[in-house]
Amino acid sequence: MSVRRLHHEQPESFEFTPENLEWAKKVIERYPEGRQASAVIPILWRAQEQNEGWLTEPAIRVVADLLDMPKIRVLEVATFYTMFQLQPVGKKAHIQVCGTTPCQLRGAEGLIRVCKSKIAEKAHELSEDGNFSWEEVECLGACSNAPMVQIFKDTYEDLTEETLSKLIDDIAAGREVTPGPQTDRRFAAPEGGPTTLTEIDDDTVGGDPAPQIVDGSDKASREFAGEHINKGGKGYTGVPHPAQEGVDAFNEAFAKEQKAKLAEQGEG
Amino acid sequence: MRKIVVDGREIEVPGEYTLLQACEEAGAEIPRFCYHDRLSIAGNCRMCLVEVKGGPPKPTASCAMNVKDMRPGPNGEPPEVFTKSPMVKKAREGVMEFLLINHPLDCPICDQGGECDLQDQAMAYGVDSSRFEENKRAVEDKYIGPLVKTVMTRCIHCTRCVRFTTEVAGVSELGLTGRGEDAEITTYLESAMSSELQGNVVDLCPVGALTSRPYAFNARPWELTKTEGIDVMDAVGSAIRVDTRGREVMRIMPRTNEAVNEEWISDKTRFIWDGLRTQRLDRPYVKRDGKLTAAAWQEAFQTVADKVKAAGGERVGAIAGDLASVEDMFALKALMTSIGSNHLDCRQDGAQLDPALGRSTYIFNSTIEGIEDADAILMIGANPRHEASVLNTRILKRFRAAGIPIGFIGEQIDQTYPVTYLGAGTDTLAEMASGKGAFFETLKNADKPMIIVGEGAVAREDGQAVLSAAARVATSVGAVGDEWNGFNLLANAASRVGGLDIGFTPQNGGLSAGGIQEAAGKGDLDVVFLLGADEMDMDAFGNAFVVYIGTHGDRGAHRADVILPGAAYTEKPGTYVNLEGRVQLAPRAAFPPGDAREDWAIFRALSGHTGEALPFDSFNELRAALYEAYPHLLGVEQIERGAAAEEISRLAAVGGDLQGSAFVSSVSDFYLTNPIARASAVMAECSQLARSRALEAAE
Repeated sequence: MSVRRLHHEQPESFEFTPENLEWAKKVIERYPEGRQASAVIPILWRAQEQNEGWLTEPAIRVVADLLDMPKIRVLEVATFYTMFQLQPVGKKAHIQVCGTTPCQLRGAEGLIRVCKSKIAEKAHELSEDGNFSWEEVECLGACSNAPMVQIFKDTYEDLTEETLSKLIDDIAAGREVTPGPQTDRRFAAPEGGPTTLTEIDDDTVGGDPAPQIVDGSDKASREFAGEHINKGGKGYTGVPHPAQEGVDAFNEAFAKEQKAKLAEQGEG
Repeated sequence: MRKIVVDGREIEVPGEYTLLQACEEAGAEIPRFCYHDRLSIAGNCRMCLVEVKGGPPKPTASCAMNVKDMRPGPNGEPPEVFTKSPMVKKAREGVMEFLLINHPLDCPICDQGGECDLQDQAMAYGVDSSRFEENKRAVEDKYIGPLVKTVMTRCIHCTRCVRFTTEVAGVSELGLTGRGEDAEITTYLESAMSSELQGNVVDLCPVGALTSRPYAFNARPWELTKTEGIDVMDAVGSAIRVDTRGREVMRIMPRTNEAVNEEWISDKTRFIWDGLRTQRLDRPYVKRDGKLTAAAWQEAFQTVADKVKAAGGERVGAIAGDLASVEDMFALKALMTSIGSNHLDCRQDGAQLDPALGRSTYIFNSTIEGIEDADAILMIGANPRHEASVLNTRILKRFRAAGIPIGFIGEQIDQTYPVTYLGAGTDTLAEMASGKGAFFETLKNADKPMIIVGEGAVAREDGQAVLSAAARVATSVGAVGDEWNGFNLLANAASRVGGLDIGFTPQNGGLSAGGIQEAAGKGDLDVVFLLGADEMDMDAFGNAFVVYIGTHGDRGAHRADVILPGAAYTEKPGTYVNLEGRVQLAPRAAFPPGDAREDWAIFRALSGHTGEALPFDSFNELRAALYEAYPHLLGVEQIERGAAAEEISRLAAVGGDLQGSAFVSSVSDFYLTNPIARASAVMAECSQLARSRALEAAE
């Protein structure tokens, strides 16, 4: 890792699109009055998605104003988390190659070689056409499908130099690609199908990742393979309230239990 | 209270103490970098590691663990802590080795050398060598303003400066960007800090990363003579230490005084010293043919004496400036009495403060420490951020601790904490005084409400009416009682309270400062003495013969017909009474330049020419006479309280018509409020920066 600084060339201004601004306001509402700063990461993230995958200085200022935070506090967050990109990334795809031990043992170095030859010699540099960039990142949690890369919100797993090369070509040509394992595996199941518990019918909820066209961060933030899998999940404009949902569910269950207990006592 | 055993010694401490505090209580020394008593706990330097019995089998950061969280022994024995065990020794050596991995070995050219925590603790707790053979990191230096110089490679990331600016100064300007080895302290896009307390980060920095820019490469701490003094830049009376080398003041540092400034001082206090060297009046001047020419003392005295004798007592006036010590004013008052003049005033800004109404009508009755008990504050025409910066940190501290409601009448200036803006001027005050408004109820419901009246609000024609209205608010909300006195006047000059205490005010119907000016303009006064009084319109003195006794070639000296060079506050012993009415003594730290003399001695010598010599030949005799006349000045570090409730209700009864105009802060430019500050290049630069910032904000 190296010193992370704001890019030397910055656009004049940044403005949230109306729908993103509305979404940001919903996120801010999740937190109590005076604690708006808690929303800084999701909002910075959405700013990055909107701005071709990288964070600009004007965007940091806009987020600071939006959250009533000192600018330096937002800058601290933006420079701390390495997934906030502080320099322009590929217009079509920014490829994050996992280089941590399991992936490295399974050939991540070969993937990096491919990135170097097909995209740019150095990480974070743009390809000649400006459509691609790459970087090496730490573990992305798909060790059973090593080696893998992440492009925006989707992961492409069980890669070889050839399949990564093809993946980049497909994205460049605007062809559909399918996230997930690039071999015949289903998720992290064994290659060639299940080897144990074969007598059980597989009734996994949800479907397999759907093919899609990768074309920049803003598109990726709207539709990604995960949404297809988690049908009924939260969409682009939805704001998850996991804590509140959990609390409500617990309260409901608790009330039911209490009622049942009272009824029992009444009978007794 | 909890029992805890530190190195075999059992002590009892409050449960909320940190282990570090408990160990100190037991007499054990704990090294630290990031921990600071007055800042939040970060726990990131790891230097304060101790061994805890029954805890995890690794050292514990003592700054970040409370005594009440300690586990007792199996049979209920008090928990045990070791600060000298082999584990602790090894841990400290390890931490020190890590800290020194990236720290440059540039102590010989580092300004922190000789007073560096890292240097001292490396000697005490470190080892002699490092096992690190790779390249050290280097960090680009940042520009964070004209006062604080940065050498960022030296930074050990304790974040004290970040926490200070956010928590105490109240402006979040410094931050730690990046992470791990790449972490850097910086301001947003390297803009200059705007806080008027930023100099304190220099003291807080445990290494040489943040040092004083004006003092850079000027002196080494061990060659400086240290004198404990009192600051006169504002009326807070911060405790300072004046470091001198030879005759020159090399720097000014804060001292700890829990009751006044804790351990902070404002930038004006800290960086004023270059103003003590420039523009100095170092010999007497007499105006001949419209031009000031150097003269001998005797000649200057004779010129003044001739004028005074020709004019007669009734046609002579005297105005004392903002930086005068009590002794100086006492001597000048004695001189005026001997001449036979009744026209003297220590309120050059025209503040309508009347000592006849009692002391509690012009002091900060709640005391600065008392701010920490207040549960609602109303400010009337006050701008504490610029009039008394260090006092403002207490209000911020109280706000951060309890979120108290703070109402504000006057000029809207960012006070670093949120305020409820009630109105601009007297109309709002009149409404309050008649018991109307939501904030009146807030004050009334508060146990310890505070009303702070700024000097800007009373330095106007209807000043006394404003003060009286404020007193009515105070009495009607129950702010004035036996236990708690919440009526406060925020004086803005070091000499103000002292001057009022010794009655340096018009005697027997004499003229006030404004009156003296007016009379001089009309030709009713022939001679005016200005004791360092520069904050007045000098053209308004007309053709009067102006005798300026002061230190700097400022407004007063430019107008003067005779200049008698005096001593600055570091160059004379003096008594100062701060805005709380606290009597403080400052000894002499350096000597006045050239022929300049201590002001009291000038008046004593002059009295020999104008008539009968004043009855004190030495400073001690002067003090004896002063104490005899005003015995409360003997109570050093004490505050004399009169019958406060009576005095304030008498003030409330004064009444008077309010003019119906907006209040204006008495400080328009924080960095240039007195002649010393105006002579300082550093202050000029700060002032320029502040002005350009204000312009930018206005756009």
